[in-house]
Amino acid sequence: MIKTEDKIFKNLYNQYGWDIESSLKREDWKDTKVIISKGREWIINEVKKSELRGRGGAGFPTGLKWSFAPKEVGSRPHYLVINADESEPGTCKDRDILRFEPQKLIEGCLISGYAVNAHVCYIYIRGEYFNEGKRLQEAINQAYEKKFLGKNAYGTGWDFDIYIHYGAGAYICGEETALLESLEGNKGQPRLKPPFPALVGLYGCPTIVNNVETIAVIPTLLRRGSKWFSSLGKPKNTGTKIFCISGNVNSPCNVEEEMGIPLKDLIEKYAGGVIGGWDNLQAVIPGGSSMPLLPKKICDTITMDFDSLTKVKSGLGTAGIVVINKDQDIIKCMARIAKFYKHESCGQCTPCREGSGWMWRILERTARGDSTFSDIDLLSDVTKQIEGHTICAFGEGSAWPVQGLLRHFRKEIEKRCSGTPIVKKKRNVPYLIDQHLLEKDNA
Amino acid sequence: MTLKTIYEKQPEVFKFSDKNLKIAEDILKKYPQDRKKSAVMPLLYLAQKQNENWIPLSAMKYIAKYLSIPYIKVYEVATFYSMYNLSPVGKYLVQVCTTSPCLIRGADKLLKVCKEKISTNEKELSENKKCSWMEVECLGACVNAPMIQVNEDYYEDLDEKNTREIIESLLKDKPLKPGSYRGRKNTSPENIQNFNGKINYDQNRR
Amino acid sequence: MPKIIINEKEIEFEKGMTVLQACELANVEIPRFCYHEKLSIAGNCRMCLVEMEKSPKPIASCAMPAEEGMKIKTNTEFVEKARKGVMEFLLANHPLDCPVCDQGGECDLQDQSLYYGVDKSRFLENKRFVKEKYMGPLIKTQMTRCIHCTRCVRFATEVAGVPELGAVGRGEDMEITTYLEKSMESELSANVIDLCPVGALTSKPYAFEARPWELKKTESIDVMDSVGSNIRVDTYGWEVKRILPRVNNEINEEWISDKTRYACDGLLKQRLDTPYIKKDGKLIKCSWEEAIGKICEKINSTDPNKLGAHVGDMVGLENIFAFKKLLSKIKCNSFDFREKNFYINSSDKINYLFNSSIKGIEDSDLILLVGCNPRHEATMVNARIRKTFSKKKTPIFSVGEPGDLTYEYQVVGKSTQDLKDIIDGKNHFKKQFLSSKKPIVIIGESALEMKSGQFIFEEIKEFLLKNNFINKNWNALNILIQNASTVGCLDLKFFNSNNIYESTFFDKIENNKFEIIYLLGSDNLEIKKKDEFIIYQGSHGDRGAEIADIILPSPAYTEQNSLFINLEGRVQECRKASYPPGKSMEDWKIFNLIYKSLKNEKLFYKHEDLKNSAMKEIINFSQIDSLPKKIIKDNKKINSNFDDETIIIKEIDYYFSNAVARSSKTMSDCRKIKLNLPKEGTNN
Ligand SMILES: Cc1cc2nc3c(=O)[nH]c(=O)nc-3n(C[C@H](O)[C@H](O)[C@H](O)COP(=O)(O)O)c2cc1C
Ligand code: SF4
Ligand code: FES
Repeated sequence: MIKTEDKIFKNLYNQYGWDIESSLKREDWKDTKVIISKGREWIINEVKKSELRGRGGAGFPTGLKWSFAPKEVGSRPHYLVINADESEPGTCKDRDILRFEPQKLIEGCLISGYAVNAHVCYIYIRGEYFNEGKRLQEAINQAYEKKFLGKNAYGTGWDFDIYIHYGAGAYICGEETALLESLEGNKGQPRLKPPFPALVGLYGCPTIVNNVETIAVIPTLLRRGSKWFSSLGKPKNTGTKIFCISGNVNSPCNVEEEMGIPLKDLIEKYAGGVIGGWDNLQAVIPGGSSMPLLPKKICDTITMDFDSLTKVKSGLGTAGIVVINKDQDIIKCMARIAKFYKHESCGQCTPCREGSGWMWRILERTARGDSTFSDIDLLSDVTKQIEGHTICAFGEGSAWPVQGLLRHFRKEIEKRCSGTPIVKKKRNVPYLIDQHLLEKDNA
Repeated sequence: MTLKTIYEKQPEVFKFSDKNLKIAEDILKKYPQDRKKSAVMPLLYLAQKQNENWIPLSAMKYIAKYLSIPYIKVYEVATFYSMYNLSPVGKYLVQVCTTSPCLIRGADKLLKVCKEKISTNEKELSENKKCSWMEVECLGACVNAPMIQVNEDYYEDLDEKNTREIIESLLKDKPLKPGSYRGRKNTSPENIQNFNGKINYDQNRR
Repeated sequence: MPKIIINEKEIEFEKGMTVLQACELANVEIPRFCYHEKLSIAGNCRMCLVEMEKSPKPIASCAMPAEEGMKIKTNTEFVEKARKGVMEFLLANHPLDCPVCDQGGECDLQDQSLYYGVDKSRFLENKRFVKEKYMGPLIKTQMTRCIHCTRCVRFATEVAGVPELGAVGRGEDMEITTYLEKSMESELSANVIDLCPVGALTSKPYAFEARPWELKKTESIDVMDSVGSNIRVDTYGWEVKRILPRVNNEINEEWISDKTRYACDGLLKQRLDTPYIKKDGKLIKCSWEEAIGKICEKINSTDPNKLGAHVGDMVGLENIFAFKKLLSKIKCNSFDFREKNFYINSSDKINYLFNSSIKGIEDSDLILLVGCNPRHEATMVNARIRKTFSKKKTPIFSVGEPGDLTYEYQVVGKSTQDLKDIIDGKNHFKKQFLSSKKPIVIIGESALEMKSGQFIFEEIKEFLLKNNFINKNWNALNILIQNASTVGCLDLKFFNSNNIYESTFFDKIENNKFEIIYLLGSDNLEIKKKDEFIIYQGSHGDRGAEIADIILPSPAYTEQNSLFINLEGRVQECRKASYPPGKSMEDWKIFNLIYKSLKNEKLFYKHEDLKNSAMKEIINFSQIDSLPKKIIKDNKKINSNFDDETIIIKEIDYYFSNAVARSSKTMSDCRKIKLNLPKEGTNN
């Protein structure tokens, strides 16, 4: 269990005040100039050595990502973009950073911006976080007043500006290239990769996109050193992480803990335990809705880090833990998640556009008890036909939870598969006459 | 997401107010000069705010002209994102999160209250035209589930009873304070004061 | 050259190619819906998935840049499974209403589903229904069939330059629509019909007319303007059912204008199918003998100096040649082809050609328009200018104000004085022009028609010569000819004096000096008829026939073989796709009849002979379908008068510019809509 002094986000619940004066007391902006004076190489190396992995879901090594940006600035400027679109169901960690630890993020932006040669940083906040954005703007203004930002930020010789850009209600804009499209004033439809944003990103310029939490830990990481950071957690899964524990627990909450903490500890020690006791646990979604759920048996022992969860065919994702106890209808629960994905698909590529709605419809039917046995295979086929065939990882994100359900709760589904096949039922639609032909207006 | 319906009674003209024109100019300053298009989302918000929380077609045209981009591009953006309202909503727009984390903590009860108090159908105005409600996807406050968003504010840790109170207050045009309704400090763990021997937060609301 | 391994076969590819293109080099076919050579890459249909070594996921070959040493497989079970999966999704919400769909028989989805489709649908839910959209008189929509490949959106934005189509909404409810469902405001709009891989966008005028396999297909060329777009004419019996583009990257690429495509219903209407003769002020049907008899009688009794003749805008080379021969036999020496008196220096072929060539536009680094509106005068040339603009940001300038051209341009002058200033170096633009390496100047007929037409042409030419912009490698001098027959007429010298500029033809027409006027397919010449005896020979009962005293019916451009020389000087064959109605007779045969009745002799015995003799007259001819030989004569500067005038670009009635178009219902619908549109640009 983490020691209080090892916590990075000391003001996670706003015990001590969010304003710049309070955060200066918590050692934000301490030695920033010294850190920057050590140069890009050093910063990127430290981050590499710390084995910090992105907190936005994919867990990509942050230092490595930064090193992809061109070393020298060519004809095009570089950009730093902060992903604060936090929309993954079960996740609400970035929100707390934005409203209670904004200086950590801002300081992180300056250092990272310097490291990747960016003079401008855009923070893309989901539109619903209006108040959080307002708060962050105040914090940015405070930083400007102190000359921590702007021309010659913090006396480092580096000019640096931060702008906030609001999203407007589209989960897909969390996907980094969709986010860039959205920033450019388009629909948030992911781009084809390659080229990757590090080379061709915002406005066609080299761009580094990172999650809020990733960037907010950078200052502390560099101040205390990569050794300290990697001493926390497990090898390749280092540092601390904010876990969001929601669902059927007695006391849902956000906590910062070491990577690799047992899931059971998180639930029992912080979240007041599962409602109805541990034995009443049905399943846990460990990393935001995109990650396949885990049945109780795995939850008993699993530790919360990227690699352990990958081993059990799930993932740490955003560390948004959703606890589902036995009072819930697991199929209904997953059907609702499928509906989420149907609602949020950007509609660009075929498998996701057509598949996400299809999965939802089958699950909805199953939840009602209207499906047949053949629907189980069909559902499984549909998830496989989406997975790996789409432009962005949304495809996997929508298929995996359903695959998880099929993997661990097949019996539960089979119980509901007693319905008469739909085709046999008399349907009140003119068969063989296509409905669209009945509308003659434009024919 | 079902395609948004465009309100049939459209105002003929739309123009930014002088104040908003100034704001628009400031918004443009955030982006490189030759990338004015980036401002389309903030400008749509601005138009929405100016026009009682919904965006008429004339505003889209206006913004297209303002940024010199084709209308269809503005139209695409306005229909893609769910937070742009293309037909009128109540002065208080109640958005109920019903995604799984909220659902399993009883979001359906909140829906029931909305149906009872505001209108039986989503996206319809209440009788006194003060309120309308809609179901939305995860609002990113899952550990405070179930919750609703009213215009910009989050009301968290709700149950059927306090939701009813909140909505009644909205209908009376005297909104209650946002925040947690279980009196906890933001997202902190509750009822385990002596956990780790240390945590002892004051329990004042935000 | 880098190498790539496709299905275990190593092949070389060019840098910058995609995997899909490399596969095509290897003769491996890749199914696709969204990918189109001439459009940007969207990679959204996911049909083109292939297996790449070291990648656990299949990759979209259309979007993946080919790289040295890549190992690609396209024939594995893995690939087939992936494609089958995508196909099932595509078909899930597709109505499968092939029996009533006009795309049937030429539908990509239908074809692909043969290979990748499953026999039974597992999608048991109600299919998505999408409301139809209104997109104008040309495009019929059935949006339920749409597979969201966004080809149409990309075409409108990228090629046509009228960003009016878009995909609104998101997820499975995404819909393709025009802004507020209005008609598309582009002369290229109907190309989206060809682009649409399914039957979502089909041709409204052609709706339910025929199935593709019932049609006879003839490769031909278009004569609606002087571009000579390559087309395919599909006929069912006598009727031309539709006209489609043929790929010719030198000219029209894959597109044709709406007029080229849809004026064809005009071929069925207003047709002249028998000779007519005017009696007591009324035109009545008559026999060929009677008509020819009357004509000969008139010719015999008239002073040849009082004889005038005019060739219209869509007459083929052979017929012009035969006509000229007949005229010389009857000693008529007053004839012309121009519809208005514009300046042309006919002494050298480069003086009336689009010398840079259409494809050459893409190589240019600066374009100057002088008194022309390429969008309406030569739509496909305009499309090429736009392509160059959007690809390379080539700066475009104009003297005169042509209005919305679908790309940005800067007006650098409004009058002949401004132009003179540029040439004299009093305008800073001259510097910019001279700093370009491959500039293009495009002079329109509007400019040449002005009092200082001669000045404009000669001074610009001199300016270009002086600065070495007219040479064998790069010829910046371009004339934007409007009519299909013009270059042919100029080559055949279908004007009555050595120097066309000194022709008295227009004076004579205006002052009613002719006693007989013989119009060959000529409908756009303004004649204030007094006592002239007018012979009209042509295909349509249009303006020429209206004032005629005798009408001789002849075939339209789809009904006889003939040669046309386009504005670049390219000689192309227009082929007979169907036969003319009633008693119509090919033009040269009519001349034979007349001559026979006059002199009891034939002019030509076979079309072949006629063609060969006509071809001998083509200046700098190289070969069919190719550009002419690049020969530049020594030109002496011709001094000319300068008049300070505003350069006015004459608006042409685009959808009504010739007899066929005027007879077409579709064109008249388009015109109506255009006239009712508020006067706003397409892009604000
Ligand atoms: C469908 C989808 C949604 C995503 N949503 C978010 C998000 O809300 N917030 C976020 O930080 N990253 C999100 N990501 C991950 C980003 O694409 C990207 O990996 C991340 O911002 C990189 O930052 P990191 O390296 O700091 O994790 C999402 C990815 C996908 C495929
Ligand atoms: S996978 Fe879904 S969200 Fe991602 S690009 Fe394709 S349609 Fe859009
Ligand atoms: S052709 Fe490659 S994705 Fe459509």
